[in-house]
Amino acid sequence: MIDLHGFGSQLAMGAAMTVEIALGACALGLVLGLGTAAMRLSGIKPLVGVAKTYTTVIRGIPELLVVLLVYFGSARILTGIAESFGSDDYVELSPFVAGVIALGLTFGAYASEVFRGAFLAVPNGQLEAARALGMSQGHAFRRILLPQVWRIALPGLGNLFLVLLKDTSLVSVAGMEELMRKTSIAVSFTKEPFTFYAVATVMYLGMTVICTAALHIMERRANLGYRPLTTA
Amino acid sequence: MDDIIERLPEMLIGAVTTIELTLLALAFGICLAVPAALARTSRLWWVRAVPYAYIFVFRGSPLLVQMFLLYYGLSQFEWIRSSMLWPILREPYWCAVIAFALNTGAYTAEILRGGIQSIPKGEIEAAKACGMSPALMTRRIVLPRAFRIAWPAYGNEVIFMLKGSALASTITLLDITGMARSIIAENYLSLEFFGLAGVLYLLISWAFMRILKIVEIHLSAHLAPPPLASATPE
Repeated sequence: MIDLHGFGSQLAMGAAMTVEIALGACALGLVLGLGTAAMRLSGIKPLVGVAKTYTTVIRGIPELLVVLLVYFGSARILTGIAESFGSDDYVELSPFVAGVIALGLTFGAYASEVFRGAFLAVPNGQLEAARALGMSQGHAFRRILLPQVWRIALPGLGNLFLVLLKDTSLVSVAGMEELMRKTSIAVSFTKEPFTFYAVATVMYLGMTVICTAALHIMERRANLGYRPLTTA
Repeated sequence: MDDIIERLPEMLIGAVTTIELTLLALAFGICLAVPAALARTSRLWWVRAVPYAYIFVFRGSPLLVQMFLLYYGLSQFEWIRSSMLWPILREPYWCAVIAFALNTGAYTAEILRGGIQSIPKGEIEAAKACGMSPALMTRRIVLPRAFRIAWPAYGNEVIFMLKGSALASTITLLDITGMARSIIAENYLSLEFFGLAGVLYLLISWAFMRILKIVEIHLSAHLAPPPLASATPE
């Protein structure tokens, strides 16, 4: 067995933090993605422009840069705002909040494209049928459109989540104590870089496998209505 | 503004490093991806297993960990430090290139496998019927067709590699991100210089996408609509 010099529990805590950041960023990203997709599909010019700029810019610059920009840039802006209120404190976002915002922004930009494709994939006749049955716009959206969008978008969103899970390692650069940072700390104490980075790799692989399995189950559930009939 | 103009040359040097790292990684990555993808489509399970393990590990863990494992990790072993390869593995530049190449190679192999598997069966049968040996068929039919089919997906991978190259800044390399970080450490203008870095990345990815599109048009020249008779010059 590999000797972790008592850092095992630290690494486990780091892994838990990694999952927390990923889930937080995923929640934020889903909201951003849905909103952005709605803006893109609204057909209102300024909204379409804003949505397009957001997705193009975020998808064109490195995730690491987004993390750095949110973490260090927000500190400047927040301190500036604090100054205008007569305070001379240095204000900054906690690494956790900054990390969730940065990764959520990235996730949202990619998710909006997935959602947009899914919305366009639901035949228009279904919405018309729902309206003809007397459902209100909101009701039809909630009962007819959203469940189908979810089913179509799920594989794409699942892939994005796996990417997000790996991107959480970037937050370590901003000092967030997730798995990657905990590993680096352990390395600086034990001087065994290979052992610990290899353990971290295996832990990330484990998380990927678990998430892949969970996504598979979710996809099966979402596709219940599409299960091939079992005829005797 | 003056600060930005004054520091622009340094940022452009960073941009050259970023492009260099990306292109080197992509080139080495393709060299890894082609045999991996071919082995991945083999009929023998033990031939498929090796690239499967490689692809699983490099796609399932973060690039940052892979790079640290290579850059910091290898120094743990005395026999590596005394080996002939140490002058290369000691350099952050080559560690970054190797880590990026291994990573993008795994993703590219999967993309290429998709391409190989979606070649219409008839084309393979036709090649066999013409009496091509497996090697000749791979070289003349399978790989060119797979590259053509996989090109759009590969384009995405190129952009991901460009963005991934920013991680080189965490092992002291002065690419765009690294240069921006070192400048910000002097003057604290975080928004300005990270913003400038973002603009540079956008410009480079735009240029890359243009080149990829031109190659794509070139690759599918046979699918282009024939020139209209009325469009011919008088």
